Order: sequence, then structure tokens, then C-alpha cells
Amino acid sequence: MTLAAAEAVTEPSRSREAKGRSIAWWGMAVLIATEAMIFATLLSSYVFVRAASKEWPLGHIEPPELGLIWFFTAILLGSSGPMFFAEHGIKKGNQARLRLGLALVSIMGASFLGFLVYEYHELEFGIRDNAYGSLFYAITGLHGAHVAGGLLMIGMLQIKAWLGRFSAERHETVAVIGMYWHFVDVVWIFVFSTLYLSVHVS
Amino acid sequence: MTAGRRHRTAALAAAAVALVTVGCGGDPPSALNPQGPQAERIADVWWLMFAMATAVYVVVAGLIIAAAMRGRRAPEGEARPSRITDSSFIWVGGVIAPALILGVLAVVTVDSTNDLRRAEPGALRIEVTGYRWWWDVRYPDHGVVTANEIHIPAGRPVEMGLRSADVIHSFWVPELAGKVDQVPGQRNVIRLQADKPGTYRGFCAEFCGLQHAKMQYLVIADSPADFTRWITRRQRPPGGPASEEAALGQVVFNRSTCGACHSVRGTAATGTSAPDLSDFGSRTTIGAVSMENNRVNLAEWIRNPHESKPGNLMPPTYLPPEELDALVAYLESLE
Amino acid sequence: MTLLEERPEAGEEAVETIWRDAPGLAGFFSTVDHKRIGMRYIYTAFVFFFVAGLQALVMRAQLTTAEADVVSPEVYNQLFTMHGTMMIFLFNTPVLAGFGNYILPLQLGTRDMAFPRLNAFSYWVFLLSGIFMISSLLIGKQPDGGWFAYVPLTEKAYSPGINMDFWGLGVAFAGISTTVGAVNFIVTTFKMRAPGMTVDRLPMFVWSILSMAFMVIFAVPAVTVASLLLEADRLFGTAFYNAEQGGSPLLYQHLFWFWGHPEVYILFVPATGMISMIIPVFARRPLAGYTWAAASLIAIGFISFGVWVHHMFATGLPALAMSFFSAASLIIAIPSGVLFFCWIATMWRGRVEWTTPMLFALGFMLIFLLGGITGVMVAVLPFDWQVHDSYFVVAHFHYVLNGAVVFPIFGALYFWLPKMTGRMLDERMGRWSFWTMFVGFNLAFFPMHILGFLGMPRRMYTYPGGLGWEALNVIITVGSAMFGLGTLLTVVAVVRSRTGGKPAGPNPWRADSLEWATASSPPPHYNFEAIPIVSGRHPLWEDEPVRDAESGDDSATRAYGPEGAVRRETPVTTGLDADPEETMTIPGETYVPFVLALGLAVIFVGLLVEATLVGIVGLVLAAAGLVTWGWRTEADLK
Ligand code: HEA
Ligand code: HEA
Ligand code: HEC
Ligand code: CUA
Ligand SMILES: [Cu+2]
Repeated sequence: MTLAAAEAVTEPSRSREAKGRSIAWWGMAVLIATEAMIFATLLSSYVFVRAASKEWPLGHIEPPELGLIWFFTAILLGSSGPMFFAEHGIKKGNQARLRLGLALVSIMGASFLGFLVYEYHELEFGIRDNAYGSLFYAITGLHGAHVAGGLLMIGMLQIKAWLGRFSAERHETVAVIGMYWHFVDVVWIFVFSTLYLSVHVS
Repeated sequence: MTAGRRHRTAALAAAAVALVTVGCGGDPPSALNPQGPQAERIADVWWLMFAMATAVYVVVAGLIIAAAMRGRRAPEGEARPSRITDSSFIWVGGVIAPALILGVLAVVTVDSTNDLRRAEPGALRIEVTGYRWWWDVRYPDHGVVTANEIHIPAGRPVEMGLRSADVIHSFWVPELAGKVDQVPGQRNVIRLQADKPGTYRGFCAEFCGLQHAKMQYLVIADSPADFTRWITRRQRPPGGPASEEAALGQVVFNRSTCGACHSVRGTAATGTSAPDLSDFGSRTTIGAVSMENNRVNLAEWIRNPHESKPGNLMPPTYLPPEELDALVAYLESLE
Repeated sequence: MTLLEERPEAGEEAVETIWRDAPGLAGFFSTVDHKRIGMRYIYTAFVFFFVAGLQALVMRAQLTTAEADVVSPEVYNQLFTMHGTMMIFLFNTPVLAGFGNYILPLQLGTRDMAFPRLNAFSYWVFLLSGIFMISSLLIGKQPDGGWFAYVPLTEKAYSPGINMDFWGLGVAFAGISTTVGAVNFIVTTFKMRAPGMTVDRLPMFVWSILSMAFMVIFAVPAVTVASLLLEADRLFGTAFYNAEQGGSPLLYQHLFWFWGHPEVYILFVPATGMISMIIPVFARRPLAGYTWAAASLIAIGFISFGVWVHHMFATGLPALAMSFFSAASLIIAIPSGVLFFCWIATMWRGRVEWTTPMLFALGFMLIFLLGGITGVMVAVLPFDWQVHDSYFVVAHFHYVLNGAVVFPIFGALYFWLPKMTGRMLDERMGRWSFWTMFVGFNLAFFPMHILGFLGMPRRMYTYPGGLGWEALNVIITVGSAMFGLGTLLTVVAVVRSRTGGKPAGPNPWRADSLEWATASSPPPHYNFEAIPIVSGRHPLWEDEPVRDAESGDDSATRAYGPEGAVRRETPVTTGLDADPEETMTIPGETYVPFVLALGLAVIFVGLLVEATLVGIVGLVLAAAGLVTWGWRTEADLK
């Protein structure tokens, strides 16, 4: 994933009149498609195993709690806001908006990740207990890894932003990594509804 | 289901004979030599497809060769003129004709699937569980347990429940029916019937590890009377050892670890991880059809099962020769 | 765009130096030239082909007679597992990617792929994952669970050794290469085309690579997930596939075949693309039904995702669901039929020259026709219940994999190697090779159909005598050896052409597409001094010679002319119409892709030997590669 982002940096300044999307954008879009398939496959696996089971969650595990997760879901989804803010800022050459936006995204993403770690500590079942546990940890873990990957990329953006590497002409990297971040947010909606919400509406 | 049987054309039958005898020099368990209605139905589907496929192949391959040859006779730099346009080739050959053929196949598929999946009333129920690398066979309605050789009454439908105790296996008797997998945690069903008494070889068709190749079995179709005799004999408690030697053999059997894995009905041997030996003497093969059941082979098997079936899950047993002979006598006396 | 009348000759030398890789090993590890990478892909893949082919011959030796004792059951099981795995993952998939890599940018009329460094990376990952898997052979612990590695057989409980870990990790590792390659193909096709190369003028080979790449993007994640969940079960004791703990063995099969079925078309579709280039050239006329053929490739791509369950017809799924997959499998015969009749019509109204590439194309058609028909047969549900997992299926898939993919690849060698090396292959040797392969092939694989009917299950390390299987098995072995010999004749032809082949010149076949428009064979580093202007579907067959584009002075057009070649730049164009959009600087040599791939390899080795420290070293290496990549790109871009 970070690879495409890395490639993204290859793009030289784009002329303002360029009509289409950049190569980097296309590369990221295709990679996102493949990543989306990974999540689709895992979520389908979850649904498949669930459909074949008499009880769900298996082994008298309690369904995941819905309290705090709502809040952090809102945080994660909300972090797309500052990302847009940053992207649009740098398009106009506004360095302050870029830096501020990216900082907000980092904080919001990190707090979501923090909550995931906290939740792992609280959960009473482990990844080896049964197929439910394995799937739950695998899917949330993979999503968490994507959040972490996104945070790293945004960290790199942040540094480059402070070094003043971006400008109204040169900002494709921001757009591309932004797209990745939005993707990670959107995927969470599916993870959340499958792993959390759907278990409560039996 | 019997309709198709009589309507097979002579030409197809001749082709059948040709196909079946190509690999001659034996008695192949051939799917094209069906011995029951299920295999028959599938063979009928095959012969229909074979006829269609031959026609398609001849026509299309003929066109390919003709098309490749045609232009050779044209003068350099020119193509041979043709009244057939490109798009008529594509429409007729690529779309319309295949669509018609596939339509027929779709109907055949649905029709034959329905026939083959239909439950027949009055079927005999048998439960077969795959183990690495042998078969446990149970007749739940009769309380009979055996292994590797499945007796069925000829002319009566049989419904087999298929399970696995470890990895995936697959149950296949080509002369009687298609195959159905045995998947852990799941019970599948296969329906079959043998029209005539006879012995039909079965195979494990799903790769299941080291000895997948030697995980075979026999389906033995008896006449209804013979079958009744066979099954009632196995419902009676077995008598004691028939000879003195066999009696010694039973002692050896009980003293060795055999009973930890094997069972013999009415004795202390109640293991469940290996083939039931209660009627071993009446079986014709050893080690899931690895070899013929006779005294020499059996002694060999007990001494070192890995000689003939490397890596199978029965350990070698070292016994003094007379004890081994006695053990063999005991096992051969079990019926 | 105006015609560049006089080329600036002065630029010539400067161009050479700016494109040339560093000499020796340094250049070897750091090149990003799509042509070098493409050649490497092809050569490396062929090494795996011969290893896997030799394994097949050992299997054949074991199966020639009943109850033979050439190899032990352990070894036999390893042989067919690695034979299948290597043929699919390490030969077929990459060799097609290699041709794609070499040919696609040339056919599109550009100077490199969209992501040249990613391209280098995908080669290194392919090579290292191949070495990873094949190292199991060196330590005698090859995977032994079959090429689709069904659980629970491949779980720790039943396969405790390290063998299956080579498979599970290797497959996930190799998948990275395929995926990254597909991204590159897609973006290159959309964004890197010569002016005038509109969508309806793409060469068929480009269409086929595009369709293949889309299938890769949507299918490969499934096998990555399947193999990684298997490894999680094996290494960390999770319960994904464990029925006792609520997991599902069938889940594995669904995941595997959701990739596995598209995969066979991932192999087959580029092969048809090659055929669709070769036939028109030697029939001396444009492909009949171009739009039909392109649409068929796309249709095959779509339908391939709706048929995976036909590999699971015996698992006891509900009949209704299976009938659906049965029907979908039948439907896929229609686009294949359309392709067939496009080829037939092309030849019919053309004038076929029987060159070696054309012979391979004809052989391909006769073989694939049979393999396709048996494919349709096994798609018929009840019939499949009989022949599934028997030698009938082995026959089907060798007719398609070995016949319908390997024959086109050999044809493509004879067709394109002259462009790649600058020297022709010997026609007479080619014909000998073809006929030996063709006859050997049919001797080897046709009898397998009959064996299947006679009840022989696949993956048997030995079989009892007296079942009527012996004679057929002897024929099969003889045919296999003959086929192998035929492939060797091509090796001889290739070696001889490298030393003493006739010089090819830029366009030895008088072919139509842009790869033949380069000034020389092999093409110069920069492919095209000036980007060609495309005015039809068959640029070299138009009445007028191909015109050269000229650089403008805005950022969109400055790389079109020789100025672009001098500055190591290439134009980026709009998606559909290939209008000028911007200019891309082609990155220079760099070790970073190699370092990153090496880092990944070390991580996988760490997992394999379950050594955390090794894993950490790999992570550090990979991270170093990534960060440098992301950070230093501007420096590489000079
Ligand atoms: C390149 C690879 C390739 C290709 C192209 C195909 C093509 C097809 N395959 Fe094959 N297949 C494999 C590779 C391939 N397959 C492999 C590797 C396996 C086994 C894996 C394993 O178990 O190890 C397999 C197994 C396999 C099975 C499962 C069998 C089993 O395990 O029991 C099935 C079942 O439906 C199937 C169907 C088909 C069909 C319908 C086509 C169709 O696409 C064919 C369509 C083409 C034609 C039909 C010919 C041209 C058409 C015409 C000239 C028109 C007129 C024709 C008619 C109307 C019939 N294949
Ligand atoms: C592209 C894919 C591909 C290709 C090209 C081949 C090529 C060949 N395959 Fe392959 N095969 C598979 C894919 C392929 N196979 C797959 C996926 C399986 C399933 C595996 C599984 O069940 O898990 C399989 C399984 C398989 C089996 C079934 C094993 C079993 O079920 O027990 C057999 C048996 O005969 C076989 C034989 C051959 C032979 C003889 C060739 C020949 O074409 C090989 C020819 C090549 C050479 C021979 C090498 C070159 C020659 C030399 C180096 C010179 C030396 C030779 C002489 C001097 C004579 N293959
Ligand atoms: C650790 C378990 C184990 C022990 C102990 C064991 N066996 Fe077995 N035995 C097996 C298994 C497993 C098989 C099936 C082997 C196969 O065919 O793959 C088998 C098969 C056999 C068969 C062939 C059955 C058939 O129908 O094909 C005979 C006979 C037999 N054992 C006899 C014995 C005797 C006698 C002893 C003691 C001396 C013994 N076994 C000890 C596990 C065991
Ligand atoms: Cu049991 Cu194969
Ligand atoms: Cu398939």
C-alpha cells in the first residue's frame, strides 16, 4: 500500500490545465480496488462461517459491546474532514491549512488505533479460542494495520509539509494519500456493521 | 431412469466397447461400463456429449485446417475470395451454434441432476466414514460394523451417509455412481445401486496424504438372499475361537496392543481408531485393498504393515513366529 | 502535431548515455528498463518450467508401470504438488507478465511502464519468492498437499513439517509480485499511449493483458487471504479452517477457487492475446471481428468470477446452487467460441504463411478446442461427479494449461524473440520442435481422458496392475518424454540464434503493431526516439508510414519528440483518447526496489523458520527500502 504512495511522489509538478487524473492517482485507485477485495473476502468469510454456525458468536462469547465504539467510529469517519480540509488547502497553496489538517488527521487516527489496542486488552476471548475469535481479530487487526499504515504515510506527508515540499502545483501526493485515508475510513463502515452491528440484530 | 438404457444406439455402444477396451489387459472399473442406474444415467449423459463433442470438434477443427490451407493456393499477396463474411463466421460459429448446444446441455444437466439427487424409497442405509487410509462401514439399522468391504444387496437402492474422521476423502465407485466428498464436520449423501451381484472397486478420490493411492475399498453386491445371510450372521454374537491355534491367537491379540486401536465384537478389543476386525476372516483384502487376504500376506502385514503400505498408521508388531501364526489363525477365523 | 522532418542527429549520443544502465552487477540490480526486466522475467520463468517439467518426468517414470518403486510416496506427493505449483505460480503467470512487460509499452508507443521502479520490484519479488519456494527442494521438504493445498490435510495436525509453510508463505509472497505487476499494466495501458492510440485501436495483446490485469486485481486477494489464514492456523494456532472450533474447511475451498478459477483465465487470456497478434500477421490481414474479440476477452474476465464452484461439485453443496455455477461455466464457452471464429475467419479470408509461430498457433487451436470441449463437459454437473479428481480432469487441464497456454508461449518466443534479441530463430529447428511437441503432447495427454473413465484417480503414487491402466500409462510416459524433447529443441534454437542467428532487422515478419516500429531489434533503450503517431488499428499496415510526434513547449507535449528521449521523459496521456496530458520523467537506476523485495523475503523467511529476530531484520530492511523510496524519489527522478 505504502508502495503506491511512494510511487506517488514520483509525479513532477502537474500543469494546472491537466485534464485527467495523474498516474499516481490511478495506481492508488487500482491498489485500493485490490485492498477492497481483501476486506470483501475476509468479511465474506465471516458471513460464511457465521451462516454455518448454530450460535453466533461461537462458544458463548458475548457480542462486542457497542458503547465506546460508536464514539471512535465517529472519530475515524470524522477524520476524513480534516483530510479534505488539508487537500483543498494545499490546492490553493495554503501551507497552514495543510499542516493543520494533517495534524488533526494524525491525532484522530491515532486515537482510534489507541482504542483498538485498549479493546483488545478488554476482550475476554482470544484469537485461538474459536473461528469467531480468529475472524474478529483478523479483520479488526487488518483494518488496524491499515490505519497504522495510513498514519505512517501521513507522518511522512507531515514532514514533507513542514519542509515545504508541497505547493499549489505540487500536491499530488497529498491527494493520493488522502484517497487512501478515505478508503480506510469507508472500509471501517463495512467492518463495523458486520462485526459489531449485525451481531446485535440476530 | 431406465429409459435411456435401451435407447442407446448401436454406434455408441460400439464406440463404448472401443473406448473401454483400449487399455486392455485387465478388468477396469470403468465408468463407461455402468452396473447401476446412477452410473448408467451419467454414462448416457456422456454418450450424448460425446456425440455432440465429436461433431463440434470435427467441424471446427476442419474449418481451422481448411482456413489455414485455403490461402496457400492463392497467388502471392492476395487472399482467396470468399462469400462467407467474417461476421457470419462469428455469429453462426461463435454465438448461435454454441448457444444451441449449450442450451441442450443445460437442460440435460438440470434433468439428470434432479434424477440423481432424488431419494429412492426403501433404500438401505449405510454410514461410511473415511479415515487415513481406510473406511469404517456401519449399518445403523442392523447394528453391524465392518471395514473396507461394503456389502450391499443387488437391485436395491442404497443411501450412504458419508463422513470423515480427519481430512477430506471422496467416495467413488466408478461402475456404480459419481463421487461425493467426505468433509470433516459434515455429512454428505450418495445414492447408488448395483443391478447385478458382483464386486466393484472403489477409490478415495480426494488427495488425503501419504497413502491416498492405497485407500481403496470394495463394494460387494450380493443377491438379496446372500445379503440377508451376510448381515444376520454379523448381528449374532460371534462364537469363540474355532481352533486351538486360534484360541492362542486370541490370547496373543489381547496381550498385544491390537485392541487399543481395533475392535472385535464381544471381546475386550474396543479400539476405534482402526478397522473393525470382527469379520476380518471373511474379507478378501487387507489394508484397504492393498493386498489379497491370505495367511502369508496377513502375517507380513502384522509384522510390518509399512512394507506394503508405507507410512500407514498401524505400527509394526514383533512377535515370535508361532505366536504370529496363531494370531493370523485367530484373525482368519473371525467371521 | 506536426511532422518532425529532420531529426536532430546531435542528440543521438546524449540519448544513449542518459539511458544506459551502469555496467556489470550494479546495473543488473538497479535497472528499471522494462525491456531488461521483461527478458529476465521470461528467462527466469523458463528455468522454473524446466525444473517443473523434470519433476513431471520423474512422476511419469514412477507411473509407467504398476506398483513401480522409482520414488517413495512422500517424494511423489511432493513432486506433483510442486510441479503444479511451479508451473502455475512460477512459470505460466510470470512468463506472461514477462512478455507483457517487454511488449506492452512498445505496442503502446511509450518509453517505459507507468511505474518503472515498481516494475523492477515486482520482478525481484517474483525471483525471490521463486527461490523461496524452490529452496524447499534443496532441503528435501517440498510442499506435499497438492497444488490447491486443501485443508485440513495441510493443517499442522496432518502436515506437521515445514513443507506446507513453503507453499502457504510462498504463494502469498508471489501474489505481491503479480498484483503489483497488474497495477502497472492497467495504469500503463490507460495513461501511456502514443497519440492516436484510442481505445478502439489497442492491439489485441494489450486488450488481453488488460483483461488479465483486472482479473488479477480482483482475484489474487482471495488466494492471499486463503493462504495467509492457512498460515495463521499453522503458525499461530488460529481456527479459521478447523471444523471442531467452528471454522470451515469448505471456506478454504471457496477462497482458493474464487482465485483459482479466474487464475486459469489469467493464464489463458494473455495466451489468446498472443495468438490474436500472430494469426493476423501470418494471414496477412487484420483480425476479423476486432470488437468481438476484445469484448470476448472482457466477457471472459467477468464471467470467470462466477464459476469457481465448479471445482467443488463433489463437496455436497445444494444442487440448486451448483446448477447455477454449472450454467455459468457453460456460458463461458460462448466468448471462447467467438474468439475461435474470429481466428478462423481471419485465416479463411487471408493467406496463411506456415511459419513456426503460425504452426504453434494452429497447434494451439487444435489442442485448445479439445481442452475447451472437455471443460464444457466437466461443467455438466452429474458428469463431473464421475470424472472429478480423475485423470480425465488431469487431461482437461493439461490440454488447456499446457496446450492452450504453453503452445502460444512457444509461438510467442519464435515471434517476438527476434525483436528482443535482434536475431531470428531457426525455422527448421522450430518446425521440428513444434511437431515433436505436438505429437508428444497428444500422446501424453489424450490417453489420460480414457484413464479417467477407467477409474484412475489423480494423485496416486502407484496403482495396482490388472485394472487395464498399464498400456495407457506407458503411452503417456512416452509422449511426455517426446514433448520434453520438443521443448529442448526450442532451447537449442534459442541458444543457436543468440550466437549465429540471422539478423532480424526492425520488422522481420512485416507485422502491424508498434513494437515493430522501433528503429532496431532489439529496440534502443528509449524505445522510440520520437513517439509515433497512430492513425489506425494497424500502424505499420497503413498506407502511409508512421509519423513521428514532435515536442511542444508545454508540460503536456514536451516529451513527444527526440527531446523527450534526451531528457529521459515520456508523455502521459488521457485515459480514453490518448490526448497529451503531462510528462513523466522516467526514474533512473535504483537499488531501492531490490532492497525492499529482499526485506520482504527476509520477513517471509522469518515466518518460515519461526524466528522473530529474522523477521525483525526483514522488517527493518523493508522499512529502509520503503522510506528511501518515498523520500528520495525526487533524487532518482533526475
Ligand atoms: C488455461 C486454463 C484453463 C482454461 C482455459 C479452462 C477452460 C475451461 N474449463 Fe477448466 N480447468 C483448468 C484450467 C482451465 N480451464 C484447471 C487447471 C483445472 C483443474 C484444477 C485442478 O483441479 O487441479 C480445471 C478444471 C475445470 C473444472 C473442474 C473439474 C473438476 O475438478 O472436476 C471445470 C468444471 O466446470 C472446468 C471447466 C472449464 C470450462 C467450461 C472452460 C471453458 O473456458 C472452455 C471454453 C472453450 C471452448 C468450449 C472451446 C471453444 C469454443 C467453441 C469452438 C464453440 C463451440 C463449442 C461448444 C458449444 C462446446 N475446468
Ligand atoms: C502450466 C501448467 C502445466 C504444465 C506445462 C504441465 C506439464 C506437464 N505435466 Fe502437469 N500438472 C499441472 C500443470 C502443468 N503440467 C498441474 C496444475 C497439476 C496438478 C498438480 C496437483 O495435482 O496438485 C499437474 C499434474 C500432473 C500430473 C498428475 C499427477 C497426479 O495427479 O498424480 C501428471 C502426470 O502425468 C503431469 C504430467 C505433466 C507432464 C508430463 C508435463 C510435460 O508437459 C512437461 C514437459 C516438460 C519437460 C519434460 C521439461 C523439459 C525437458 C527437459 C528438461 C529434458 C529432459 C527430457 C528428455 C530428454 C525426455 N502433470
Ligand atoms: C496404533 C493403532 C493400531 C494398532 C496398535 C494395531 N493396528 Fe491394525 N490397523 C491400524 C490401522 C490405522 C489400520 C488401517 C491401515 C490402513 O489400511 O491404512 C489397521 C489395519 C489392520 C488390519 C487390516 C484391516 C483391513 O480390513 O484391511 C489388520 C488385519 C490389523 N490391522 C491387525 C492388527 C493386529 C493383529 C494388531 C496387533 C498385533 C494391530 N492391528 C495393531 C491401527 C492399529
Ligand atoms: Cu482418502 Cu484420498
Ligand atoms: Cu475453473
